[in-house]
Amino acid sequence: MTLTITDQAIALKFFEKLKELSGENVKLCMQCATCTGMCPMAAEMDHSPRKIMHLAQFGLVDMLSASNTFWKCASCHACTVKCPRGIDIAKVMEALRQQVLRKSKNYIEPSALPAERIEELPQIALVAGFRKLTS
Amino acid sequence: MKISYYPGCTLKTKAANLEMAAVASLAALGVEVEEIDRWNCCGAVFSLTADDLIHQVGPVRNLVRAKEQGAEKLVTLCSMCYNTLARANRIMQTDTVKRDTINRFMDEEIDYLGEVEVVHLLTFLEQEIGWERISEMVKVPLEGLRVSPYYGCTLQRPADVGIEPFGSFQLMTRLLESLGATVMPFAAADKCCGSYQILNGQDGAQSTAATILKSAAETGIEALATSCPLCEFNLGKQQGKLLANGLIDSAVPTYYFTQLLAIALGVAPESCRFDLNNGASVDLLKNKNCLVAA
Repeated sequence: MTLTITDQAIALKFFEKLKELSGENVKLCMQCATCTGMCPMAAEMDHSPRKIMHLAQFGLVDMLSASNTFWKCASCHACTVKCPRGIDIAKVMEALRQQVLRKSKNYIEPSALPAERIEELPQIALVAGFRKLTS
Repeated sequence: MKISYYPGCTLKTKAANLEMAAVASLAALGVEVEEIDRWNCCGAVFSLTADDLIHQVGPVRNLVRAKEQGAEKLVTLCSMCYNTLARANRIMQTDTVKRDTINRFMDEEIDYLGEVEVVHLLTFLEQEIGWERISEMVKVPLEGLRVSPYYGCTLQRPADVGIEPFGSFQLMTRLLESLGATVMPFAAADKCCGSYQILNGQDGAQSTAATILKSAAETGIEALATSCPLCEFNLGKQQGKLLANGLIDSAVPTYYFTQLLAIALGVAPESCRFDLNNGASVDLLKNKNCLVAA
């Protein structure tokens, strides 16, 4: 029997994985964009948090994985506390990051950080940054 | 009174000014600080993925240490340590499946069921000392200092561990007012400083920091008080670069709330390690005649 892997099958698998990792249901999102309004990093992002939620609802994996949005997220939880649908959006962003990091891919390269930068940064910046942005 | 205390790694080096000022202030208030033995890194950020339990082991192990050493409450100063320990504690208190898995994994440790209460120093000061008592103990009132609390994210979010609701800054406001300072609210007080994004190219973290500092300066605020070494880095230590790049027009000195508490209580300024703040911070306190012996 031949199993055909369709776009729809990939989208469904992605959707399940996102739900498993984040514990959140992105389909609850009603696209009000309160998250985008709250986000301090929105100006740095190619897609706003609202749009990421929309892409996730449709399982548009390629567009999501090409986005820088979840790499620019500072996990400040401003979106989470204000979401009128009660979605923990910070957890959705983490799940999107983790799907890349768990394939042993780094988003930033620690060895490329200048020595004087490492010298001046507080330890919590390094630990937090490496945990969020490296595998 | 004696309290069990978890310092965290940054407070032993880059943010020694946060810790030393706190320990000296608490001594002046009659509180003995007992650092828990064999503590380890809290992990700095709470792991947000549902299946990731291994990153909860670090913070939980600290709570096990506290329980072993007979602590009912564990006091923290650093906002990020507070958040990570308090959230891990919530898992141990509320999620029995995850709790059992973590306890089984750490089979060499005693079982931990969330018995220790993780408390931030601001909450401790309100509950155990009280603002009135602090106000009575003030020797050098911070009169004429226009300062605003800057909580950052991890003291307030998410709601189940926040020391007070998002957008409310009462604890630090009451503390600063007790010390004689004039507290002024400002529009960007609840915005994130950019956090660990300072590692990920500087533009994002610099623009968020500039937004906060500009909003404070436009309101007429002279200084910000924080409890997080990462907020202090992004807003305070990076300020020279923000000024040089034209992202902000005027300096807004930043302090740890413990430093302001210490000088108001008349603790020797050496305990405040102002050498770890930027120069503008020391100058402002001198101008306000708050640094008596320095």
